[in-house]
Amino acid sequence: MGHAYTPGLKVSAAADFVRNRILPIRGEVLVALGDSVEPDTVVARALLPGNVVTLNVARQLGMAAADLDDAMLVQPGDPVEKGQPIARSKGIFGFMKQTAEAPTTGVLESTSKVSGQSLFREAPNPVDVKAYVGGTVQSIDDGFGVDIAARGTMVQGIFGIGPETSGPLVMVGAGLSEPLVPGDFLPEHRGAIVVGGSLAPMDALQAAIKVGVAAVVTGGVDAKDLTELLGFDLGVAITGNEDVGLTLVVTEGFGSLAMSRKTHELLAARAGLLASVSGATQIRAGVMRPEVLVPHDVEAVEQTEVDTGIMRPGSVVRIIRDPHFGELGQVEELPFEPALLDTEARVRILTVTLRGGERHTLPRANVELVDEQF
Amino acid sequence: MTETIRSILATDCGSTTTKAILIELTDEGYRLRVRGEAPTTVEKPFDDVTVGVLNAVTEVAELAGRTILGEDGRIIMPQQGDAGVDLYLSTSSAGGGLQMLCAGVVRSMTAESAERAALGAGAIVMDVICANDKRQPHEQISRIRHLRPDMILLSGGVEGGTKTHVAELAELIGAADPKPRLGSSYELPVVYAGNSDARQAVKDALEDKTALEIVDNLRPTLDDENLGPARDKIHDLFMEHVMAQAPGYDKLKSWTSAPVMPTPGAVGAIIQTVAEQRGISVIGVDIGGATTDVFSVFQGTFNRTVSANLGMSYSISNVMATAGLDNVMRWVPFDIDEAELRNRIKNKMVRPTTIPSLLRDLQVEQALAREALRLSLIQHKDFATELKGVRKARDISEAFNQSGSGSTIVDMLGLDLIVGSGGVLSHAPRRVQAALMLIDSFEPMGVTQLAVDSIFMMPQLGVLASIHEQAATEVFERDCLVMLGTVIAPVGKTKGGRPLASVHIELPDGARDVTIGQGDLELIPLATGSTARCRIEPAKGVDVGAGPGVAVDTELAGGEAGLFLDGRGRPLQIPTSPAERVASIEQWIENLDLYPRAGS
Repeated sequence: MGHAYTPGLKVSAAADFVRNRILPIRGEVLVALGDSVEPDTVVARALLPGNVVTLNVARQLGMAAADLDDAMLVQPGDPVEKGQPIARSKGIFGFMKQTAEAPTTGVLESTSKVSGQSLFREAPNPVDVKAYVGGTVQSIDDGFGVDIAARGTMVQGIFGIGPETSGPLVMVGAGLSEPLVPGDFLPEHRGAIVVGGSLAPMDALQAAIKVGVAAVVTGGVDAKDLTELLGFDLGVAITGNEDVGLTLVVTEGFGSLAMSRKTHELLAARAGLLASVSGATQIRAGVMRPEVLVPHDVEAVEQTEVDTGIMRPGSVVRIIRDPHFGELGQVEELPFEPALLDTEARVRILTVTLRGGERHTLPRANVELVDEQF
Repeated sequence: MTETIRSILATDCGSTTTKAILIELTDEGYRLRVRGEAPTTVEKPFDDVTVGVLNAVTEVAELAGRTILGEDGRIIMPQQGDAGVDLYLSTSSAGGGLQMLCAGVVRSMTAESAERAALGAGAIVMDVICANDKRQPHEQISRIRHLRPDMILLSGGVEGGTKTHVAELAELIGAADPKPRLGSSYELPVVYAGNSDARQAVKDALEDKTALEIVDNLRPTLDDENLGPARDKIHDLFMEHVMAQAPGYDKLKSWTSAPVMPTPGAVGAIIQTVAEQRGISVIGVDIGGATTDVFSVFQGTFNRTVSANLGMSYSISNVMATAGLDNVMRWVPFDIDEAELRNRIKNKMVRPTTIPSLLRDLQVEQALAREALRLSLIQHKDFATELKGVRKARDISEAFNQSGSGSTIVDMLGLDLIVGSGGVLSHAPRRVQAALMLIDSFEPMGVTQLAVDSIFMMPQLGVLASIHEQAATEVFERDCLVMLGTVIAPVGKTKGGRPLASVHIELPDGARDVTIGQGDLELIPLATGSTARCRIEPAKGVDVGAGPGVAVDTELAGGEAGLFLDGRGRPLQIPTSPAERVASIEQWIENLDLYPRAGS
């Protein structure tokens, strides 16, 4: 019997996860190997070079750039205050002298004798990198950052928006197949990671933002509601920096789609624990999916079929395109020969049996592996 | 090449897939033997592009039934007996391709020439910084720092022109102290191709902070562009600095018989070769998952544009957002709930590898492809212009129609050939679907031939053309290019519903006289390799390439679709009322036998 390589999203009660926490430029690592950290622990800090402000001194003084040496009152490397005279022309017979003032507070970096331009560097901006997930410092990249390692529950979503956040896990909603409603979000959910439902409609999302929840994790979202939430129609799935008042993780896709039973059960089992959530999604080479991480004690890490990416007869798959989008099925056959679809495209296919017992032939590209009981 | 090359292996390392082709010298000349592919391996756990290359080559070897790899796991070169190959070549767009920042003094002059040079070399241009772009210097500095390009192309000043503005730009780049995107162990390559008088000032600002390379001015005078030296230097640096940072590329570089080229640069090279050899004007388009590249050669001038977020999977939602619902739906012969359509498109965006298995789904994807292609061509026309800033003696007619400096050189009436590439075109279930997507989106005028790249091997043939033009041309003509046919599209209107043109065609099975009516779309079969003499007599005021009302005698080339007689007008007129629109599209579908019929 054949097999095929098919990616799937990781949904596991016992996974190892390591998150690389790196500064954009060289800085200082503030934790030591083996340290325990919380999501909010600052693990590394750097000073980003300050903004550069330019001033064309030659133009301002009405003189040739090549003659600027005689006019400069400060030299490269000297600190300056905003408004401080930094250059003065000789004027005519000592009269009509022109003065150029520093446009900002900082350090004079350079003055060009070709363009007549001076560059002023403002004070550096500190950048902090937090641990994001509670765990242990596993390795240190000196001057740049650390790897934080933890074990526990890991759920990858299909799409998300919003930055990294953390909070206690709370389950809400009337069930896997029911949309969330505004009443699901209560004042005590402020700062929490709220999980549930098949859809987060706009009114429910607005209620969540009003309450101040940290993140919503749900089955689906309508494209039109996402557009309203973001204020624009998202063209390319590269997200993570949105500031809409919460982080949103969609586990199944766009539209009302029942959250996978396994995802729901795993997260429900960890309700009350501290979870870390990221909405960052990058669907390009080097794909990045949004995630919910819940560190907790785990005896042994489980290895699933999804981890291997190998689909075989008997594998459980989710159909990820119409017809039967969202339904679960069990692989019956993986024929070697390509076959004709209704569209007349000739592609590699598989046959699956749905829960109701119906058999269907589908393109292999239109299913993903899932760790579910069939 | 003086020795006889018997076999050629060529790979294209894409972002997701590495494609390999094997070409052999046969009694008929050079022919494609087999094609194989494997996932690209520039990311963990492999971190070595050559793993994917060897996997793809292994598939080729198995399919061809010959040994290509030696016991040491290397490609055997040159061919020994039946084993190995004489040449191995590669292109690459893995790791996001070549991402560049361009800078020049005036946006519409030196900065635009720099952008043209970078695009022509196969780069994605992330931004163009110039002295007159309305951003404050600190905003420009922060932008340069934020972007982290692979390379910067700095131009500015014609020879003997401004030095000061060029120095200012160099100082801004120096102040930003930009870091390269891949790897922190090397200095960012900066190519200076501006006024030679400003070289010392550029050196003073950048030599200590970047890997500065100086080449001839790309805009020596306002009337001339000299893009070759900058383009060649970009190609050299691409391998030396940029791709050398990507995992496994040092090894790959040591295997190939010629430098590895950026994929779009190689496609551009083959399009230029075709245009030069045949003495024709050509538009080539490659519609991918994330981007759509358009290449053109008009009047011997080559242009390339990249529409960065117009593609059929990763960027499909952006096609919808940019084109708008009405523009997409005008190609679809049924009504669909807007909310449902938007959800479907976003679901394709987040699961980009899925394919339509329902006919309606296919029709929606092909509608989106038409819009991606249409928008890409608009961008290309805006960019492929005569040099701006050139003082031009204009005759009275040009003065009235405002043509002159800076107008597009993309002349659809003078266009001879459109070549389409990319999954949605190359793998359309019926070739006639690919042909109609090209006609609907590009709206060719007059008489235009249509073709698609059979299996997307233009990149490999592009790099091959750089060292063995004969082999590249023979394989391109025989195995790569699938001729779809020819379209006749009269431009203009007639009164009272009179036909736009009458056409006398001498088909292999006899002569036919047909008319092209307003709103008509008809297809006459004419097989690949066949030609038909024809005389097209347009109505008064209607143009088919020789001027309004002037008849054209020409030879039409057949193809897998045939001859299209397109009377739908330019710009193309599609009924706006839903019922009329659906009726028209259904009629065209029937006339062209475009899709399988229900129950067939």
